[in-house]
Amino acid sequence: MPKVPGLLKGLGVTAGILGKTLKNGADTVQYPHEKEAPPVRARGVIALHEDNCTACMLCSRSCPDWCIYIEGHKQLAPPRRAGGKPRQVNHIDRFDIDYALCMYCGICVEVCPFDALFWSPEYEYSEPKIADLLHDKQKLGEWMETVPEAPELEVGAGK
Amino acid sequence: MLAQLAAEFPDWYPEWNIPYWLMSILRVVGGLVAVLLPAGGIVYIFLFKMMSFMQSRLGPMEAGPYGSMQLLAEVGKWMQKEDLAPDNADVRIYKMAPLIVLLSTFLLVVVVPFGPQAYFTNFETGIFYALAVASVSVLGILIAGWSSANKYSLLGGLRAGGQLIAYELPMVLATLGVVIQAGSMNLNRIIEVQNTGEIFGIGWIGNPFVITQFIGFLIFMIAVQAELTQSPFDMPIAESELVSGYMTEYSGFRFLIFFIAEFATAGVFGFIASVLFLGGWGVPFTWFGWEGISDVAWWMNFVGPLIMFTKMFALVGVIMWVRFSYPRFREDQLQTFAWKVLIPLALANTAATAILKVVF
Amino acid sequence: MTLTDRQQLSYIASQAADARLNVELETEGMTLNIGPQHPATHGTLRIIARLDGEQVVWAEPVAGYMHRGYEKLTEVRTFPQVTSLVNRIDWLGSFANEVPFILAAEKLMEVEAPPRAQVIRTILFELSRIANVSLFLGDLGVQMGAITPVFLAFRDREYILNLIEGATGGRFHPNFDRIGGLKDDLPKGWIQETKGAVKKLEEFCDTIDDLLFGNEIFQSRMRGIGVIPADIAKDYGLSGANARASGIDWDLRRDQDLPLSYDLADWKVWTHPDGDSWARCWIRLQETRESCKIVGQLLDQIPAGPVMTKVPRIIKVPEGEAWVATENPLGEMGYYVVSKGDLGPFRVKIRSASFNNISIVPWALKGVYVPDIITILASLYFILGDIDR
Repeated sequence: MPKVPGLLKGLGVTAGILGKTLKNGADTVQYPHEKEAPPVRARGVIALHEDNCTACMLCSRSCPDWCIYIEGHKQLAPPRRAGGKPRQVNHIDRFDIDYALCMYCGICVEVCPFDALFWSPEYEYSEPKIADLLHDKQKLGEWMETVPEAPELEVGAGK
Repeated sequence: MLAQLAAEFPDWYPEWNIPYWLMSILRVVGGLVAVLLPAGGIVYIFLFKMMSFMQSRLGPMEAGPYGSMQLLAEVGKWMQKEDLAPDNADVRIYKMAPLIVLLSTFLLVVVVPFGPQAYFTNFETGIFYALAVASVSVLGILIAGWSSANKYSLLGGLRAGGQLIAYELPMVLATLGVVIQAGSMNLNRIIEVQNTGEIFGIGWIGNPFVITQFIGFLIFMIAVQAELTQSPFDMPIAESELVSGYMTEYSGFRFLIFFIAEFATAGVFGFIASVLFLGGWGVPFTWFGWEGISDVAWWMNFVGPLIMFTKMFALVGVIMWVRFSYPRFREDQLQTFAWKVLIPLALANTAATAILKVVF
Repeated sequence: MTLTDRQQLSYIASQAADARLNVELETEGMTLNIGPQHPATHGTLRIIARLDGEQVVWAEPVAGYMHRGYEKLTEVRTFPQVTSLVNRIDWLGSFANEVPFILAAEKLMEVEAPPRAQVIRTILFELSRIANVSLFLGDLGVQMGAITPVFLAFRDREYILNLIEGATGGRFHPNFDRIGGLKDDLPKGWIQETKGAVKKLEEFCDTIDDLLFGNEIFQSRMRGIGVIPADIAKDYGLSGANARASGIDWDLRRDQDLPLSYDLADWKVWTHPDGDSWARCWIRLQETRESCKIVGQLLDQIPAGPVMTKVPRIIKVPEGEAWVATENPLGEMGYYVVSKGDLGPFRVKIRSASFNNISIVPWALKGVYVPDIITILASLYFILGDIDR
């Protein structure tokens, strides 16, 4: 077979894709109308499970660009058993993450010893003003609902 | 059968007495339609849709049904933008340049016939005029490149000057074959010859010159591609290199004018190519039993433009297809291609046509 | 004949005007600033080119418009934090940036990742190479005016990015590598998905081959342009595909012994004798195919086991110095890590490939035409983050 000139081959490629798009539709997604589901592990936004947080500041200290702001105070909680002593617990007054600074590295989620921080694949939280990207603990708590179950692992994963 | 059908039509040429002022208005409106409609159609069909589909995406979808109003939205956006001129620019001619480029498009469309009587003007040396006027745009581009006071624009303008002049020659020489074969420079006469002619006794498709002048047609289309500065001949614009060349500094509605001129000129060249090589507005006259252009039914004045638009879109479609598939030449390769390949080929084609014309 | 004063004055004036004109007609070179804001420099590289007509007489790259000071920043970060910084160096193949740093830290701590982690690391490394180079292949077209390839590249790179995101959680900045292994194991079904995506990328390579590399115009733009002989390439410290295109058979994946599992796969190091722009682009196309092959083979050979060895929760790297370089998508990338036994490194020297690769620009651009500047820069393939760090 004689060699097809590259110029014609190139025209063939574009015409082929044209035909494929006409037949099967485009590979793109019309964003606001239809959405692609991000993977389960996608690092979209950090959600806070407030009850688990003890204001230990580990996440705040391990953050590479120091975008987590925590304030807390100690308070007495009712005893676990009847007749016991009241427990001393840390209560957070403020837990803010500045998403304008956050680099989505995930170190805070990883270091949290009490399972208070989670990744959620939620991604539609852009703001017109950069200052509005500082989200407080209430907003972070609302994102807890979007946190998926951790995925099953691939075969051969050992502990 | 078609001939019968045509004969049954009431044989009256409407003897309209159109007053002069109405005629003038009709001509202005017709001119605007003949320039802007192809431009809009080409941008929407090819630039927005065909290109997107070739890249496996949908293109604009939000403005209007299937994004058909996108161009209007873009025009609205451009009109709102500030009309900027660089500090060192030669402001008066800087502002004039896009208008000159657009003017050449309007001048070109003047001679294009859209039907037996549907033309703006019909003079004997129509094709000569068209080729002469086509080079007015070079002037506008050179002016734009020089007066922008920008090095990229200057390079782009000079490249455009060199390129457009180099490719004018093969274009003229390719047309020469058609003119020899038709024996006339009048565009309507060229159409008549194509639609009444026959090839080796087979007359039912007429004699579109694309068959007998195939080499001329190829050369003409390549030259048109270069005249329109479409890829692979888009050295003067070269947005990844000269940052749009001579258009770099333009913004707002002056950029819009350049943009319209680019695609309107594509449309007009499509018209001219379809006149020269594909039989223009006509269908083979034998289908309806017409002897010559004076027999053509009056309704061809309305059907003719549609036929012209179809042929033009087909030709421009090929131009755009090539544009979306190929990378661009380098400036020196482009000149070499014009002077060492196209021009000798076109000369040989002309000579061969002349000899065959005498022999047969 | 006597001249009136007026005539004499006008004569003098015309002479002066002529003299002025002659001075103005004396042609001189034009200095063209390509960048820092220019579509061909994919970022903020500035190239000062002195032109004679369209020919370059002298050219010099000016880097540093996007300097982010990563070497200095690492000194005030802990070791786990550094990976989140360094994967922003070459942002298209970011996982590959983490690996040499982690390997250097592991070398100092004298730990080694378990075999499963090593294989997964290698797979992700090669996937980031594919993601990086496939964008190069598309971008190559757009630099030369062909607009379609870049959209195809973006479309097909998406499959790879989805995989990287599926495994690591980050599309661009995975931050998945840890000292002593990986952050997490692969999610279920990932291996199967990867096999499909690799096939798609192989098809993409064939499409680009037809659409771009087979195109005669493309070939005439690339062949014989920007020839870099092997000895010049060595002098300027070129690495990666740029060096291999000059005929230097040198690939750090094959030529050094690192805890990565390249020897499990059967693959080939491509070289090209020509050293021109065409060779550089062609080598990258072939390497993308090879990477697809490596990933395809390694996917079947992932051993069972943990992905993390035992390392202390708070990582303190013992005192010492280590240099580890790997074959990144752009070329040799290495980290020289000095530790004083603290939580963070004392000093990190980053050797990024692009910085050395563009150092040849003044040599390579001498005497070429303006359009060739673009093709040569495109074929040298740099990423601004990799130059400026």
